[in-house]
Amino acid sequence: MSATTRITPSTCCYCGVGCGVLIEHDAERILGVSGDPQHPANFGRLCSKGSTLHLTGDRDARGHHPQLRLGKTLARTRSDWDSALEHAANRFAETIREHGPDSVAFYISGQLLTEDYYAFNKLARALVGTNNIDSNSRLCMSSAVVGYKRSLGADAPPCSYEDIEQSDCLLIAGSNMAYAHPVLFRRLEEARARRPEMKLIVIDPRRTDTAELADLHLAIRPGTDVALFHGLLHLLIAEERIDRAFIEAHTEGFDALEQLVREHTPAQVSALCGIDEDALRQAARLIGAAPSFLSLWCMGLNQSTAGSAKNSALINLHLATGQIGRPGAGPFSLTGQPNAMGGRETGSLSNLLPGHREAGNAEHRAEVAAYWGVERLPEAPGLPAIELFEAVRSGQVKALWIACTNPAQSLPDQARVHEALAACPFVVLQEAFFTTETCHYADLLLPAASWGEKEGSVTNSERRISHVRPAVPAPGEARPDWAIVCDFARRLERRLYPGRPGRFAFEHPAQLFDEYKGLTRGRDLDYSGLDYALIDREGPQQWPFPAGAQGGTARLYGDGRFPTASGRARFVTEPWRAPHEQADERYPLVLNTGRLRDQWHGMSRTGTAARLFGHVEEALLGLHPDDLRQRGLADGQLVKLSSRRGSLVLPVQEDASLRPGQAFLPMHWGDRFLKGLGTNVLTLPAFDPLSRQPELKHALVNVEPAELAWPFFALIEGDVQVRFEALRPMFEGFEYASFGLAGRERSALVIRAARREAPGSEWLEMIDRLLGLAEGPLLAYDDPRRAIGKRVRLEGERIVGLRLAGETAARRWLRQLWQDGTLDPELRRWLLAPLASPPNASAAAAGKTLCNCLDVSQDAVCQGIARGLDLDGLKRELGCGTNCGSCVPEIRRLLATRTVPA
Amino acid sequence: MKKLRLVVIGNGMAGVRTLEELLRLAPDLYDITLFGAEPHPNYNRILLSPVLAGEQDFDDIVLNDLDWYAAHGIELRLGRTVVAIDRPRRRVIADDGSEAAYDRLLIATGSSPFVLPVPGNDLQGVLGYRDIADTRAMMEAARAHRHAVVIGGGLLGLEAANGLTRRGMDVTVVHIGDWLLDRQLDRTAGELLRGALEARGIRFRLRSQTAALLDDGAGRVGALRFADGREIPADLVVMAAGIRPNVRLAADAGLPCGRGILVDDTLQTFDPRIYAVGECASHRGIAYGLVAPLFEQARVCANHLAMLGFSRYPGSVTSTKLKVTGIDLFSAGDFMGGEGSETLTLRDPVAGIYRKLVIRDDRLVGACLYGDTRDSAWYLRQIRERRDLAALRDRLMFDPADAEAELPAPCPVVEPDLSIRQCA
Repeated sequence: MSATTRITPSTCCYCGVGCGVLIEHDAERILGVSGDPQHPANFGRLCSKGSTLHLTGDRDARGHHPQLRLGKTLARTRSDWDSALEHAANRFAETIREHGPDSVAFYISGQLLTEDYYAFNKLARALVGTNNIDSNSRLCMSSAVVGYKRSLGADAPPCSYEDIEQSDCLLIAGSNMAYAHPVLFRRLEEARARRPEMKLIVIDPRRTDTAELADLHLAIRPGTDVALFHGLLHLLIAEERIDRAFIEAHTEGFDALEQLVREHTPAQVSALCGIDEDALRQAARLIGAAPSFLSLWCMGLNQSTAGSAKNSALINLHLATGQIGRPGAGPFSLTGQPNAMGGRETGSLSNLLPGHREAGNAEHRAEVAAYWGVERLPEAPGLPAIELFEAVRSGQVKALWIACTNPAQSLPDQARVHEALAACPFVVLQEAFFTTETCHYADLLLPAASWGEKEGSVTNSERRISHVRPAVPAPGEARPDWAIVCDFARRLERRLYPGRPGRFAFEHPAQLFDEYKGLTRGRDLDYSGLDYALIDREGPQQWPFPAGAQGGTARLYGDGRFPTASGRARFVTEPWRAPHEQADERYPLVLNTGRLRDQWHGMSRTGTAARLFGHVEEALLGLHPDDLRQRGLADGQLVKLSSRRGSLVLPVQEDASLRPGQAFLPMHWGDRFLKGLGTNVLTLPAFDPLSRQPELKHALVNVEPAELAWPFFALIEGDVQVRFEALRPMFEGFEYASFGLAGRERSALVIRAARREAPGSEWLEMIDRLLGLAEGPLLAYDDPRRAIGKRVRLEGERIVGLRLAGETAARRWLRQLWQDGTLDPELRRWLLAPLASPPNASAAAAGKTLCNCLDVSQDAVCQGIARGLDLDGLKRELGCGTNCGSCVPEIRRLLATRTVPA
Repeated sequence: MKKLRLVVIGNGMAGVRTLEELLRLAPDLYDITLFGAEPHPNYNRILLSPVLAGEQDFDDIVLNDLDWYAAHGIELRLGRTVVAIDRPRRRVIADDGSEAAYDRLLIATGSSPFVLPVPGNDLQGVLGYRDIADTRAMMEAARAHRHAVVIGGGLLGLEAANGLTRRGMDVTVVHIGDWLLDRQLDRTAGELLRGALEARGIRFRLRSQTAALLDDGAGRVGALRFADGREIPADLVVMAAGIRPNVRLAADAGLPCGRGILVDDTLQTFDPRIYAVGECASHRGIAYGLVAPLFEQARVCANHLAMLGFSRYPGSVTSTKLKVTGIDLFSAGDFMGGEGSETLTLRDPVAGIYRKLVIRDDRLVGACLYGDTRDSAWYLRQIRERRDLAALRDRLMFDPADAEAELPAPCPVVEPDLSIRQCA
């Protein structure tokens, strides 16, 4: 470390584990990150995403100045903050005056800090006077919110991470924790290594890396979770493994539930779920026999039209067995976003109010109104995300303010979302990355500060509040989200309520925190005892932490008292309901969506780090080998994937971790990376009746070969974001166009595309200019009549760019040659040949990167296994899995499949 | 029985190759008399350039020594130039007055360098580039003089320029065309070639016309003046601006001649007893100046001289190679392409490689390869055989022979022209 480098402790901005990171920087640029050994979430660990944070956030992708357009058909031009926010305030004030407060809406994000959320909530509810404020947490945790509130009385995950380590039996349902919450998974792996007797049950239709670790994997038919949980309860009751005393003392509603689960016989349930009856019984025995039982879940339960029912059915198991409020026990939801918890606490769903209050509750409204010093808060229910965008589409919402989220990628049924955004008279977007799909629709685009640049607080999955600290200034004129909101609010205030005392005179996030925490006083989450200074002094703290408390609260409900009216937890009796869409002849496959190990959400940040594409480089549709065979499809072939709502063209990939009849597509790909509006063009907007969370993981689809005669492949090193922005629009005429990054020290943009017929030669000339392959010393091959043209640019003996048009057989090994950075002179004359592999074996492709930290390829690992190395041997010789450990489950899987029994 | 008498005029490659073919088919049919104007046994004229470049000696390029003639009972008359053919008497008359009677006559008089009709073209130090005498004169000049000018950027001119450069002279090539080898290469390849030769120290004046050669005051050439009036020093001028078939003898004997002596597909002239082969002959309007067609002609001609009478010469697909060490180029067929044809190109300017294939109706009709002449023999065969190559198209440029071998079924072959097969 040089004399000028400094370390600032902060938090990671990805998942809800909320790891502490130490940011190494020189006060201008972030130079490195490492896990904070002091932070109780991760004790120094980081996953493959967190440990590469310093490689993300390419400044070419960032917003530096406000941009404004005064008409939909005009291009945005650079503006300044004063004009931009004056314009926004005018438009909002006019709209509110003309069409009422509910004609405007705010759509915000689980990635905002608590202070940002609070400012937004106060703006929407106290100043504008609308409940039209919802966040992308609607797509993420709202079913868990309903689950906790209905079953336990408050939206409070009752457990701590240490419970994961202390539990005797863990049930993971609908979560690929190995990918989505890797650091917790590391803690789990380590705990199991220490206590091998600890049991692990994984419920997931896919055999994920998480499932690989399980003692028992229940690969249920998608959407049958409620039936499974009822079936487990049926067996627990039958085998008298329930805690009658706890039920008696601390719960209500058990009789009705008992009645319902009586019908859920093992035979029926195992048939419905598509699992062995023995496996079902074994799961019940493991749960029933465990001294402590903990369940973890994520989007597999939440993103469902039965999301609330799934949550409560799982919590039912804990209440029936009394497995709550004790070490190693409890229902513990894993949060997808870094501060979805903070959003829930501050009331950032349309139906909530700050301090775990209800917008529909007059008493709650009155409390908050009084606190804010306004006469009253709006009564009319606000619009949750899906309905909000529907209202935008129908013209009911006329001014939309979006912050820190990318609905043009993340919401289901993208075609309608794009229609809505295009139709909305005034769209404001405050964003750190000016590259997202939603940016296209912004009339006013405001540059926001991002990770490492802003201050505030976040709450992680275990209710732990960390102080987020800035290390470097935001680029250009970018500002923290709370500051943008407050500046706008002050301008709107002057228009709507001239003369009224200002309520947004915040100059520091601490002021927002201090004002906000008063609204938690006396509530279940009470953290009125916290402030930044205390966290800085004592470390991150778990709520509740009321004023005067000596410390936070690791575990809730130890006394058996629940924050319901009766003080008792509630059994929720809801029957299993099938998912919204059912397979038929036209759409016979169930499409599941989920995460990749090294990408996060819509990839606005992870999509700027080439290294994070090493594990999975392009959008691929996973299908079971049988499904490929039945359709006569080859691995890697381009297919048209259609649902009732839209279609995409992309390659298929054989994936034996799926069951036949199921398809898997990562959720991350938006229109920018995968032309055709991305993954969510296929998903459906049907939602859970209570949580309003859409069913993103169960869409019916069809797959058929896509015959596209003219393929295209390009790889170009350097200026990736600038080139990406320039090149992406050139591919609108393509049926298939997939963009990605590649490389480690050197980054490149990779384009894979195909269309039915060759475009005109002018198109290629334009592309070559944008690729920097139009002139200079290039290797070139041309067959103009067949519209085949290939270019390779070398610098010395190193490929720095290539473009294959009309014929792309060599794309894989050429890409690998680029990555290797060397060129055997003998290979030179073959670079433009239509060969799927190089003529000599020495340049064989190394394939995907398994260990991103140490740059170890899957091939290297397989060769190591072939040499007889075990996991420790591989770690010792290759170094793989010794840093963040995210690749260890996959290495273990390879070991399991490749080791020949002696 | 008395043998027939065969007289051959010309001891060059075409005449002697025909004799070799004939002796293989009918060793005892003829008493053979051979006239050679040069005082040497038959040598490989196309290897004069390596001799000039100092890579080979004259002895290396002799094809048939005097013993060979003796062994085959050939009466060799060296240093005798035939000056007349008396067709009614079926005799030829040499410059020394000697005569030879024939039943069959084979004319293989070859060609002469075209001498530019400019003032000073007869000065000392102005040479053609045709035979070993010219070659030796150039080697001599290189020892005593500094500035050489080669007129003509064709194969011969470039080989001469290279040889003279290797022998230490400052060489300028004056070429009237837009690029070098403009009959054998397209512009791209011609420009690559120029770059490569410039790197070896040869200077070029393209699109330049020679107006006059200037006397140095002592009867030797001293400078060259261009049409635009500029001058460059020139102690040696090599005329390599084309060749003229030597037809005088035949024309004087009343044989019809165009650019060469007109022959039919059996290489027979207007007079059924008289045949002509090589650079002096004009077949279907073409007088070839390369060695490969000449060998093909020799084979057909020998077939008829041997009275087998079934072979036919349909003309040649010619290909080009430049005998300049380290420069690989090849062209064949219709390599310029144009209306109705399609081209495949491969360029690697850094490696100095340019390859162009011309395709018409899925058949290869021309190739122009520079820097990497791999597969040239294969291409030449395809051009000759006109095979349908649609299935190989994408790999044609890279590894056509391997691709052909990997094809599931044999590549469809168009009905071959029998005569081509025989002369191939």
